[in-house]
Amino acid sequence: MTTLAAPSPVNYLNVKTTVASWLLTKDHKRIGLMYMIVVTFAFLFGAVFAALIRLELTTPGGDLVSSDTYNRLFTMHGVAMVFFVLIPAVPAILGNMILPLQLGAKDVAFPKINLLSWYIFVVGFLFTIYALVAGGVDTGWTFYPPYSTQGSPSHVAATGLGVFIAGFSSILTGLNFMVTIHRMRAPGLTWFRLPLFVWALYATSLVQILGTPVVAITVLMLFLERVAGLGIFNPALGGDPVLFQHLFWFYSHPAVYIMILPPMGAISEVIACFSRKQVFGYSFVAFSSLAIAVFGFLVWAHHLFVAGISPYSAMVFSFLTYAVAVPSAVKTFNWTATLYRGAIWWKAPMMWVLGFMGLFLVGGLTGLFTASLGVDVHIHDTYFVVAHFHYIMVGGAIMGYFAGLHYWWPKMTGRMYNDMLASLSALLVFVGFNLTFFPQFILGYLGMPRRYHMYPPEFQVLNVMSSAGAMVLGVGYSLTLIYLTYSFFKGAPAGANPWLATGLEWTTQSPPLPENFRETPVVTEGAYEYSKREIKVA
Amino acid sequence: MLSGIPLFPEQASTLAPAVDNLYFFILAVTAFFALLVSALVIYFAIKYRDDTGLKVGAPITGSVPLEIGWSIIPFLVAIVIFVWSTVVFFQIIRPPDQTLEIYSTGKRWMWRFQHADGQREINALHVPLGRPVKVTFTSEDVLHDLYIPAFRVKADAIPGRYSSIWFTATKTGEYHLFCAEYCGTRHSGMIGTVYVMEPNDYQAWLTDGGITGGSMQARGEQLFQQLACTTCHLTNGTGRGPSLSGVFGSTVTLSDGRTVTVDESYVRESILTPQMKLVAGYQPLMPTFQGLVNEEGVMSLIEYVKSLSGSEGTAQARVAPDAAPGAAPVAAPAGAIEQRNEGRTQ
Repeated sequence: MTTLAAPSPVNYLNVKTTVASWLLTKDHKRIGLMYMIVVTFAFLFGAVFAALIRLELTTPGGDLVSSDTYNRLFTMHGVAMVFFVLIPAVPAILGNMILPLQLGAKDVAFPKINLLSWYIFVVGFLFTIYALVAGGVDTGWTFYPPYSTQGSPSHVAATGLGVFIAGFSSILTGLNFMVTIHRMRAPGLTWFRLPLFVWALYATSLVQILGTPVVAITVLMLFLERVAGLGIFNPALGGDPVLFQHLFWFYSHPAVYIMILPPMGAISEVIACFSRKQVFGYSFVAFSSLAIAVFGFLVWAHHLFVAGISPYSAMVFSFLTYAVAVPSAVKTFNWTATLYRGAIWWKAPMMWVLGFMGLFLVGGLTGLFTASLGVDVHIHDTYFVVAHFHYIMVGGAIMGYFAGLHYWWPKMTGRMYNDMLASLSALLVFVGFNLTFFPQFILGYLGMPRRYHMYPPEFQVLNVMSSAGAMVLGVGYSLTLIYLTYSFFKGAPAGANPWLATGLEWTTQSPPLPENFRETPVVTEGAYEYSKREIKVA
Repeated sequence: MLSGIPLFPEQASTLAPAVDNLYFFILAVTAFFALLVSALVIYFAIKYRDDTGLKVGAPITGSVPLEIGWSIIPFLVAIVIFVWSTVVFFQIIRPPDQTLEIYSTGKRWMWRFQHADGQREINALHVPLGRPVKVTFTSEDVLHDLYIPAFRVKADAIPGRYSSIWFTATKTGEYHLFCAEYCGTRHSGMIGTVYVMEPNDYQAWLTDGGITGGSMQARGEQLFQQLACTTCHLTNGTGRGPSLSGVFGSTVTLSDGRTVTVDESYVRESILTPQMKLVAGYQPLMPTFQGLVNEEGVMSLIEYVKSLSGSEGTAQARVAPDAAPGAAPVAAPAGAIEQRNEGRTQ
């Protein structure tokens, strides 16, 4: 990376090249890249675990690994993917990279705290890696007591500490972004001229700041019960195991919105750019992000419909869950309407968006089944739920991350990638994903419980289909890794604005200067004013 | 080959069609929206395609009527689903008045079932066709979940409290029974079979099984004597503890002014942690029986306390065992009368 040829002699990548200059950097763009490296590692770990899970499930018997190993595989898959990929992917990587650029700022509000967040994240990740190397953890990523505090023979405490520590990174990033958005906007960049990605990050910051402390406290209590025998959740010690579920989901449901809101923001950016159009209903899309963030805090007990909660509270939580579905539907309709009478440029980022639309649609709509009290009793804790949340988290969040990554990649690295390979990769991921997870909806309704190492033989065909799809999915992701790595070192120079996009980030060179802009930009119009724009006709 | 792939689970309870109808309704609604949006996205993406990247789109910014429309319509559709779902949910969780009572405990990694008549079975559950059955259960260690897909019922087994499922089987046969809440190493081995039998076959199975130790009620009464519960819980209400006659199913006032309905959970709690919800007017004298009586013993005691409240549900289930050989069942009602007499003379 040190030999990178840049369009301008000095940019953030080549301004200093020593290891110390990276490890002690306060540049939001370098920190974003450093997050990308750690998150990509975590993603590879999580993907290997997933591959082993799918391989084991091709046969009904437990013939590849032991039950204990299998239980550790799905737990480590969940822990790696949720806490070290999905939560940081878009805010910490793309948010760090792009937010100050979109605001016309030199950096985030607290650059040193930003670096601290990265170190905290890495320490949290190392604890989790330690737990893995020492033998793994087998509680499921949800850590339900009393199994996690009393029964499990695995490394719950180290993993819990890892999650606890990584949480502070999330809180600090949220705080940093929120202050940055309030205080660092360029002159003329009013709230309703902000790109929708900024609105989404703002809503996410709200959830990170308010929600993460709750899971930190909850995991700490779990740690105290396991290590010091303090009776909080374990009934044998006078505790209440359902209390843990309430506290855990009070964060972990809003955490789904930490995962999905920033990719939704990225999707809005990419759709506007590649439709050459204002996002339809800008303010509705912006406020729907805030509505999702706020209502997202009021639906946690829909994870507890069969955990013995009062049927009346179950009714309330079911109702609120249906209410939170509305702003997500509004976003989807607005994105669709944005395409209407656009000039749709079929480039790779747009292909990832189209994939996102298809998968998020299924993920969101299957939420209407799980939110339904009558149906949820049957499908709760089955593969239906597994399929549903993978459609949201992988089909939605990861597809959205890749859409944003392909969109901003030329800005981040100053280089282009092979557009055809990138579009092919989007197609492979879309097809592979559906093959993997659609059969799981059927399996779930048939009654196959999740977290099963062995299963009755009549479920085999659908499981084999799912495993075959996972291979296609794996090929798609590997392809992305290969052409993006190649592009980083050898890609064609991108120029400042290869997509002819609006937005302040495209007004500076690629890769940007260390200080982002030579002069503080002044904003005179809203985001996405494509139709007003004189685009050079070739 | 496709015909070999199961797509839909068997319907074997009265609840199953109710759940499935709701499921198909939601499926129709979601399929409609999914197809509508997908079709529009694909149509627009093709119709307005521009490979030069140089054209601009139409200057459309939004439409308030459209925004209101596509907020309200999905919301109204959601309300319909919500109401229907709630109605089905209450069918699932509210058992009818007269049910056959079966007790169960989950323990890593097996399900133990105990019929009122005294039969016990592990990872197998025999039930009669066409009769409402209620399974009351708890866990002895970590969380479990009793799940019978063919009946569309499921509930978590939580240590320290009772959960229940109920169903009326509509088809004889053998069905899966799963643990649906992750519980450690052999979670996927914590499975069993539900055998739905013709009522006559079920009766035959009940008497054939070789009952040792009598019905649950009889075992409960024995325990009631052994644990010296009788010394305080006099039937005339003059004892140091409240009378248990007719108390099951009634509402009692607690010392802190709250009221509580005497159900399985309350009786269990009163045996294991007696000070938690003390009945008004009584001293906190009762010791805990934690460790002195196991979960199955507690369940037997509950059956006994139930029997003191007359012929609630379980009474029917006792017809067969009364006829069975062995002194215990016969002694049960006699014992109860004796105890009442003792109460009077004191």
